[in-house]
Amino acid sequence: MSASPISIDPAQIELIKKSAVLAISSAKSLEELKEVKISHVGDRSPIARANQSLGQVPIEERAATGKIIGTARANINQAFDDKERELTLARDTKALVEERVDVTLPTQRTHRGALHPLTSLRFEIEDLFVGLGYQVAEGPELESGWLNFDALNIPEDHPARTMQDTFFIEPVDSGLVLRTHTSPVQIRTMLENEPPIYVICPGRTYRSDELDATHTPVFNQVEGLVVDKGITMADLKGTLDLFAARIFGPDVTTRIRPSFFPFTEPSAEVDFFYNGRWIEWGGCGMVNPKVLEACGIDTSVYTGFAFGMGLERTLMVRNGISDMHDIVEGDLRFSRQFGVGSK
Amino acid sequence: MKLPISWLADFITFPKGFDPAKNVEKLVAAFVKVGFEVEDVINPASGIKGPLKVGTVLEIEELTGHKKPIRFVALDLGEKSNRYVICGATNFKVGDQVVVALPGAVLPGNFAISARETYGRLSNGMICSARELGLGEDHNGIIVLDGKFKIGSDALKALGADDPIIDIAVNPDRGYSMSVRGAARELAMSLGFKFKDIESKALLNKLARVKKSGKITQVEILDKSGADLIFLRSLSNLDPRAKTPTWMSRRLTQAGMRPISLAVDVTNYVMLELGQPLHAFDAEKINGRLRVQRANSFKSITTLDKQVRKLTKDDLLIADEKRPLALAGTMGGLDSEVGDETSKIALEAAHFNPVAVARNSRNHILSSEASRRFERGVDPTLAEIASARAALLLIEHGSAKYHGTSSKGTLPKAKFATINPSDISQLIGTDYSSAEVAKALAAIGCKVTKSGKRWRITSPSWRGDLNHVSDFAEEVARFYGYERIPSRIPTPKIPKSGKTGLTPLQQRRRYLSLALANKGFTEVHNYPFVNQSQMDLFGFTGERAKTFKIANPISDQNPLLRTHLSIGLLETAARNLSRGAKSAALFESGLVFRDVKKLEKATGISTAQRPTANQIKKIYESVPFQSLHIGGVVAGEIELSGWWGKGRTASWEDAVAITGELLGEITSDFSVKNVELAPWHPGRCAEFTVAGQPVAHAGEIHPRICASLGLPDRTIFFALLVDAIPVQKAIQAQPVNTMPAAIQDVSFFVPAEVSAAEITAVLREGAGELLENVELFDRFQRDGENQISLAFTLTFRAPDRTLTSDEVSKLREQATSSVVQRFKATLRS
Repeated sequence: MSASPISIDPAQIELIKKSAVLAISSAKSLEELKEVKISHVGDRSPIARANQSLGQVPIEERAATGKIIGTARANINQAFDDKERELTLARDTKALVEERVDVTLPTQRTHRGALHPLTSLRFEIEDLFVGLGYQVAEGPELESGWLNFDALNIPEDHPARTMQDTFFIEPVDSGLVLRTHTSPVQIRTMLENEPPIYVICPGRTYRSDELDATHTPVFNQVEGLVVDKGITMADLKGTLDLFAARIFGPDVTTRIRPSFFPFTEPSAEVDFFYNGRWIEWGGCGMVNPKVLEACGIDTSVYTGFAFGMGLERTLMVRNGISDMHDIVEGDLRFSRQFGVGSK
Repeated sequence: MKLPISWLADFITFPKGFDPAKNVEKLVAAFVKVGFEVEDVINPASGIKGPLKVGTVLEIEELTGHKKPIRFVALDLGEKSNRYVICGATNFKVGDQVVVALPGAVLPGNFAISARETYGRLSNGMICSARELGLGEDHNGIIVLDGKFKIGSDALKALGADDPIIDIAVNPDRGYSMSVRGAARELAMSLGFKFKDIESKALLNKLARVKKSGKITQVEILDKSGADLIFLRSLSNLDPRAKTPTWMSRRLTQAGMRPISLAVDVTNYVMLELGQPLHAFDAEKINGRLRVQRANSFKSITTLDKQVRKLTKDDLLIADEKRPLALAGTMGGLDSEVGDETSKIALEAAHFNPVAVARNSRNHILSSEASRRFERGVDPTLAEIASARAALLLIEHGSAKYHGTSSKGTLPKAKFATINPSDISQLIGTDYSSAEVAKALAAIGCKVTKSGKRWRITSPSWRGDLNHVSDFAEEVARFYGYERIPSRIPTPKIPKSGKTGLTPLQQRRRYLSLALANKGFTEVHNYPFVNQSQMDLFGFTGERAKTFKIANPISDQNPLLRTHLSIGLLETAARNLSRGAKSAALFESGLVFRDVKKLEKATGISTAQRPTANQIKKIYESVPFQSLHIGGVVAGEIELSGWWGKGRTASWEDAVAITGELLGEITSDFSVKNVELAPWHPGRCAEFTVAGQPVAHAGEIHPRICASLGLPDRTIFFALLVDAIPVQKAIQAQPVNTMPAAIQDVSFFVPAEVSAAEITAVLREGAGELLENVELFDRFQRDGENQISLAFTLTFRAPDRTLTSDEVSKLREQATSSVVQRFKATLRS
């Protein structure tokens, strides 16, 4: 060390310490503190030099003086560390404050997508029945008249065949129709499988109605078919109750009342009680033995029930949609209200 | 079917104190309970309150000096003194009966009547028009009553407006209820009241006692498959000016039919009352005998609606010996119509085959009150009774003379079925005692013969629909009400196939839909209807150009079925833009229809039992395969503009990237190549294949189509053939390699027509299995040169050691030399 020796009497040491601590505490920034460190804490600072001069102190005083210097130096270092921590915190805090943003700014830079609510409803119904142990059966939309009508006990000249305004395919003797219900999927299921059968058949169906607020020529149905030993109309009623409660809410009840469908006997219409009134939901009944026989199912062993609802109607009632045009026109603004997963 | 309550009351004994007109709600509920939907309740007087009386006009004083004629009218209402009212109508004269609203009455629209000074006189009430009473639109004058009613009596009664009408829907299996009598029978059963049937024996006896004179027209059934029974009653001397009685014309009007003439009205009235359609012919226009026959050589008939109808050989007719007179059970012919001068009547009632009438109706697109009843089945016993009732009405109200009756055919035998009554409880799922079953069956007219557990049940003549235990079960269940059926949830069993849950294809469709929605696409459901000019615009060729045509489309605008999702999606995108969306990202999943395979015909296969394996094959092969597609479109920006700056317009890369991502989640093994395929831009369409089979296409839409639809340039579209992608087996995982990687960059000049995918494949092949990854990091083409520069990063890694630099150089050399050899490429240094 070439620096000049320094007086190291205790008063002098105290002075050095005070001066260093004052300088440290006066630093306004980490930059100033760095300067202070060089002049008051570093190797060339008075306290360092005092320490270096310890050798000149008579041997008998050296320990006591050394202790004084050591204590002073520790105090200075402590003051420095405290100040450095304080200033670092202040700098960081300031930086975070300056980095504040407005999180309410628009941030969606890509399109927001959505499922069509009919698709979400279909998934919901599929999940309900798959959870119960049913399978989901599907079939073609362009369908054989035999499967769409004949096998369902709707022969060529039956008045029920004119009840359903069918789209026929040219040439008409091709026997092809756009299916008027998803019931041909029931027939396909029974031709392809032996009982027990527990399926639902969701899908697109067609009738030649003009599009208006409540009708559309292309719509969706979900049908259910159960064929097993000992199936009764009570099983049908219970299944409908469960279905309605799941879709419309736990307190919703159903009622069935006599009706007619060629493919069920007894037949019923099912209504549900919603917002203070009975609303028609769909048709149902016990599978007509003629239908079971046409599929080769032994009617002395098996009975079955079937039901069918319109998905559009279900959606319109549940979600307060008043105009069918909104459902079929494909306007982004309609489906986006429902997003990907919400009811 | 419109049912006036007063008419129903002819057939039901209501208990004392039960006024049906005041219990409409109960009647409605009773109809619903047994299976008749109530479409409407028409209550004509629903808006009228307070005194409305029948008055006779005594004196008319014409007040002059006003803008329009004003009358001051003296009326007799049976009160102590005459009542005077002001009236602006002039369509009445002294002596007419009119409807008078007295002060205190409230008419529809909350129109309160009070005594008031007007035109300088005190008007103490109002003479009413039909419109003022809400009973019709007629406001040309006031109502002049056409009968003689008690002065001062309730005018609502005189108008028939005190009689609510219940309009019910009758299902096809309940044809027997398409009459007041039939509906009343059901209503009485539902309410537990007594049904009052017509006295059919007395009716027939009464006609039998009428003195017969003169010639009768003979009838014959030439085709027994068309009718099993016919009655033809000959009458003469009908007064053509005879008026239909007021009660009859009122009931016809209430039921929704227009009164025409006595002969026609009587046939309509009896049809509405009993359910048997009848036809009155002008007997003088019949040549010889009247016949039920097929059209055979007859070529055409002009029906009452003045339509000339071309006949086919099998049409069922009523004809005479020279010409057709009516489409049997459907509509009469114009030639033999009863007219203003007709005095000789041949009154026909038959039991036609329902199928024959249904065919008549369908072949001639002609649905009538008669055909609707015959199609649904008419009680065969009614032909005789209804024709007798009609004849008696014509004798009574038209002063007709009865000549006698010609009839052919016999009543069909009564039907019976054998059932075990406990099967009914089994099917419905609740217990009905034997006594309950017997009671319900008796209520619908069945006769039950018990023999132990087996019951022999004879159905009434009007119930041809009761055959199987399930038919009787419905009758018992509705008799006691469906609300008695308990609620129980069955426990599904695992099917024999062992398959449960969604199928792989169903899961895939869900996955793809959700993935697209999460990528920012909004799902739409387009109608699959398109037209030829759209197909032409899109330029479809091959399979996509071959579709099916709807024989009876709603409009001729879109008679074809889609072969591709693009037409609907692009049009819907354009519609969204035209409605103000700045850009649109849409997707759809749905079937497409392509007429590419010769189809079997599967008609006329019996449904009496399961079809044979061969027949089932035929049925299935009569239906074209309909592939499930998922398509998507982005028109305009894919990254949106905003306060952050400008967005980015979608381009082919987005289409290819999205398609690749979607496919990559389904199958790990697909390849991509450039193809020219409508409706895409010929140079910007990618085809994705798995094992050589196309599974998806993606790219930019042809600019010509964008321009035509008003879509922005570079609109992208992609379509995945969802069911063409093979279902992948479980992925076998590769262990994660933690040895250090060796990175090598290589670059080439290659001819511009060589694709990046081809080079990547060759690099992989050349480098061998230690090559972990290849990534293109640079690509450029110098202006005017037919060469492109491609630069790749190759990542090598061995599973068990650190590769030495010699090894890496060798691998790199293997990779690059194969590229150089295969593609006339030059290696850049």
